[in-house]
Amino acid sequence: MARMPVQFRLNGSDRAVFVEPAETLLGTIRRGLGDFAPKFGCGQGTCGVCTVLVDGEPRLGCLTLSVTCEGRSIETASGLADGPTLHPLQVAFMEHFAAQCGFCTPGMLMAAKALLDRNPDPTRVEVVEAIAGNICRCTGYEPIINAILAAAQQRGARRA
Amino acid sequence: MLEFRKDLFADERDDNLNVIGKGEQRQDMLGHVTGRTRFFDDHGFGGLLHLKVVRSPHHHARIRSIDVSAAERAAGVKRVIRGQDVPLNKNTLLSLIGFGKDDEPTLAVDKVRYKGEPIVAIIADSDAEAMAAAKLVRVSYDPLPTVFDVQEALKPGAVVVNETYPGNYFEYHEKYDHQKLRFGDVEAAFRTADHVLEERYQMSPIEHASTETNGTIAAPETNNRYVVHSCAQGLFFSLGTTAKILALESNRLHFIGGTVGGGFGGKVDSLTEPLAVLGAILTGRPVRYVLGREEEMQFGSPRGAERHVIKDGVMRDGRIVARQITSYFDAGAYTRLTSYGVVKCVAHMPGPYTIPNVRGDAYCVFTNRVPATAMRGFGVTGVDFSIEVQMDKLAHLVGIDPMEFRILNAYRDGDMKAHRRVAHNTALIECVQVAAQKVNWPLSETARRASSLSGGGGPRAAIPPTVTDESGRIGRPETRQAPPQLAPGAAAPLPAYQSPPAVPIYQLPPAHQPGAPLPNHPSQPAAVAPPPAPIPPVPNPPATPQHGAARFSSVFTRRR
Amino acid sequence: MARHQGRGMASINYPIGMNLGGDPSQALVHANPDGKFTVALSAIDLGQGMKQVSRQIAAETLGVPIEDVYVDTADSDTGPHDMGSFASRGTHRVGNAVIVAAKEARGVLLEAAAEELEVNADDLVTDGKGNIHVRGAASKSITVKAASQAAQFKQGKTIAGRGIFLIPLSNVSPETGEMSPVTAYAHACLVVDLEVCDETGDVKVNKMTSAYELGRALNPKMVEQQLVGGAWMGMSHALYETPEPYYPNPEHGGRDYNEYLMPGPGDIAPHDITVLERPAPDGPFGGKGPGEMCANPVLPAVANAIFNAIGVRIDTLPITPEKILRALKAQGGARPQVRRA
Repeated sequence: MARMPVQFRLNGSDRAVFVEPAETLLGTIRRGLGDFAPKFGCGQGTCGVCTVLVDGEPRLGCLTLSVTCEGRSIETASGLADGPTLHPLQVAFMEHFAAQCGFCTPGMLMAAKALLDRNPDPTRVEVVEAIAGNICRCTGYEPIINAILAAAQQRGARRA
Repeated sequence: MLEFRKDLFADERDDNLNVIGKGEQRQDMLGHVTGRTRFFDDHGFGGLLHLKVVRSPHHHARIRSIDVSAAERAAGVKRVIRGQDVPLNKNTLLSLIGFGKDDEPTLAVDKVRYKGEPIVAIIADSDAEAMAAAKLVRVSYDPLPTVFDVQEALKPGAVVVNETYPGNYFEYHEKYDHQKLRFGDVEAAFRTADHVLEERYQMSPIEHASTETNGTIAAPETNNRYVVHSCAQGLFFSLGTTAKILALESNRLHFIGGTVGGGFGGKVDSLTEPLAVLGAILTGRPVRYVLGREEEMQFGSPRGAERHVIKDGVMRDGRIVARQITSYFDAGAYTRLTSYGVVKCVAHMPGPYTIPNVRGDAYCVFTNRVPATAMRGFGVTGVDFSIEVQMDKLAHLVGIDPMEFRILNAYRDGDMKAHRRVAHNTALIECVQVAAQKVNWPLSETARRASSLSGGGGPRAAIPPTVTDESGRIGRPETRQAPPQLAPGAAAPLPAYQSPPAVPIYQLPPAHQPGAPLPNHPSQPAAVAPPPAPIPPVPNPPATPQHGAARFSSVFTRRR
Repeated sequence: MARHQGRGMASINYPIGMNLGGDPSQALVHANPDGKFTVALSAIDLGQGMKQVSRQIAAETLGVPIEDVYVDTADSDTGPHDMGSFASRGTHRVGNAVIVAAKEARGVLLEAAAEELEVNADDLVTDGKGNIHVRGAASKSITVKAASQAAQFKQGKTIAGRGIFLIPLSNVSPETGEMSPVTAYAHACLVVDLEVCDETGDVKVNKMTSAYELGRALNPKMVEQQLVGGAWMGMSHALYETPEPYYPNPEHGGRDYNEYLMPGPGDIAPHDITVLERPAPDGPFGGKGPGEMCANPVLPAVANAIFNAIGVRIDTLPITPEKILRALKAQGGARPQVRRA
């Protein structure tokens, strides 16, 4: 089948790329555009390591067709920091030692960012729900939950 | 929540270090949170090809024919690889350290021994094209009978899974169908024990389930070499395995790895490296071979199943006088690392307790399932589950609190272990004491004052006269002792639970051995120690003392 | 329907390092002209923290700030041979090799400094902040950077070191199993508090409390990572996971994370950890290695707590609701044992 042109914003930069009709957003971002932050973990939508934001909403890159992203804004963990300044979630993940192998971290951060962007002051239960689709095999989740809660607190303190 | 008990063993540490002991930030953390950490798959290559394998749908079958002609003509296919294209199509992982016989093909040729065994590899421009072409490979099979239970597989006349080991067991020391542990005389001790409890424990297989699946990208590099981005847990282990299978000099391989998305033992087997490199050699292009999640879960090697039958002799006062463990490790169809885990399990028997009579018999058994491999706690997780549940049952049986029961039987500095080495640097008792204190679990004064530093050694350091036997010679299953059977009703009925007696029913071990330096341990006042009460040795019948070890090289067989 | 509380415990030890030895690890350490050090390894970091623990061991041995050490692993062209990251051997084996290599490099560094200061190298100490000075005379000092520059541009010295650590291979007796499996053991005791629903067979772990003896905790934050994550995995092994729930029947294997069950972030339990440190005589700075052992005590502690809660023994893992319900049915209902909380 013919390859199709797609244009979207990736972490604030306009990008244009030709994709196969069945190509996933994850494949396009990684092998097409060279942003390796989102990972392949299952290709089935069950692990969340490919989580990216599409117009601010968390999406599974492995189940999203690239052709559906025309004109949209895509965010990955590569674009989370503001230049050299880390996002509060990144700072909190570091402080709480919320990563071991680091493979789930880019997806986990994006799921957390989506949560904090729409709910700046989440409860623990809301944090748990927000990352329930993201598998971590190393940490036991506790430090991740604590890091997200701490990041929310810190952002709240900065706003106040 | 983590706190330290710096008061314990304080005199064995100097606390004058600069960065050791400090919770410094991980070197890799900034890379993790910025998405910059590069795993094996995070490397871009122009002209990257993708490899997928055709897997057996049968648990056990003879391969009558393989027809790859349609697959070779399929869209995007660059190369089809078959068993005969693999330079050395038979390997065993531990051959690199000279342990075991080559028993596993990279691609099956004449027979498949487990469901999911790779037969043909397809290299194509895309994953999708490789998968589509894989469906066009025609393999005709004659299905064979299967065996899935470890004890069934050991029976004479059982289906032969892996012809390299025709008895369905790994061969130890070119002599036995299992690894033995013999220390003292368990049979005599069982006769003197107040209670004998025999129980069977089973652990099903477990998947590593790392979020990163197994995979490799291999590409031609300069100077006729190949660069290999690998997820291996042992970089040179995988390099050596790949070099052997592909009959390459090791300096033609440039392995890059070291940053792995979780392993837990599941990335020791070099499942993908040899085929990816072979693909790069045959196509002259970069080749990526990554397992899908379903492939990983169904056909990636898991932690193997284990079955442990434990028979203990225990006295009314709580002393365990004999422990016999018969262990069956389910290797699946090929050895990989299971043979090694079995020896590790034997070294671990009888757990962290000093028991004067111990017998172990551990088998590495072949069945028609996905080959097993190492996983976090390899060789120990399953037997620890079994031992510690058994300990709970024994405590209940004799009416002693389970924590007190652990402390009573715990190994201490100076005790002889069943594998005939003296224990030192022990700390089981202190761990039990601290955990009990944290949860307000009441311990008797005796248990609270016990110490790993004292009460061990002396008579507990002796190697008892030991009964040995020649049961289970290779090829002579009739010489194998009948597997221990659960004898319903053989064990005494469980009494109702009783609180720990107000008066300790065992005596405080001595604070120190006469003549030995006084241990300096805050929880162990030496002044009040009653006379030593070592565990009395069980009377032994005439026996052949066995103190010398045979050369281990007899385990490490047939280096090729 | 009732939910029954139960408490169970288990105590374990764990062998540190590859069984029977014979598993070498090597390390190379060198300084650039600014006195910044690179440790070249072929060890693997699969999340356990190999890079960071090697870095701290190197910095401690060299006597330089941790920021001045970078661990480069794993490239087979530059990193010397290592067996691999398994069998709890990373910290113990690689750590010891790093110490040997760093000691040699430190020796050259101090010789270079001694030449510049015109003193005996044996009289020099490092302050861990980038300075080398005469013992007891802090004013007679030189920076690590200046000493490194002098070594390389003036004295023609390579500030480098190589290290290997090898426990010789042990024999195993075919007849008795006599062997020298490992040289260090870590220890643990873990208590599980849980509740069992006698209608659904569901088990909810409410709390874990543990005491771990790990030799010296080389980095307490990373120790905590391992012990928290490992206990979660132990809970998962005990109650959730297997590709063959009806072993030896090989069917019913999960194909994805929806079918292969593990506790999610909503199923976790608080874990109160106490660390004891009895240094391993041959461990790097006494360290042992907590990563591999820490799932192990959870499995039996959960099984024992279930017995404490409802009086049934489940001797086959994992302990699924189905097994609990069948056992309860066979027993004629829950028989709670003595409360220990």
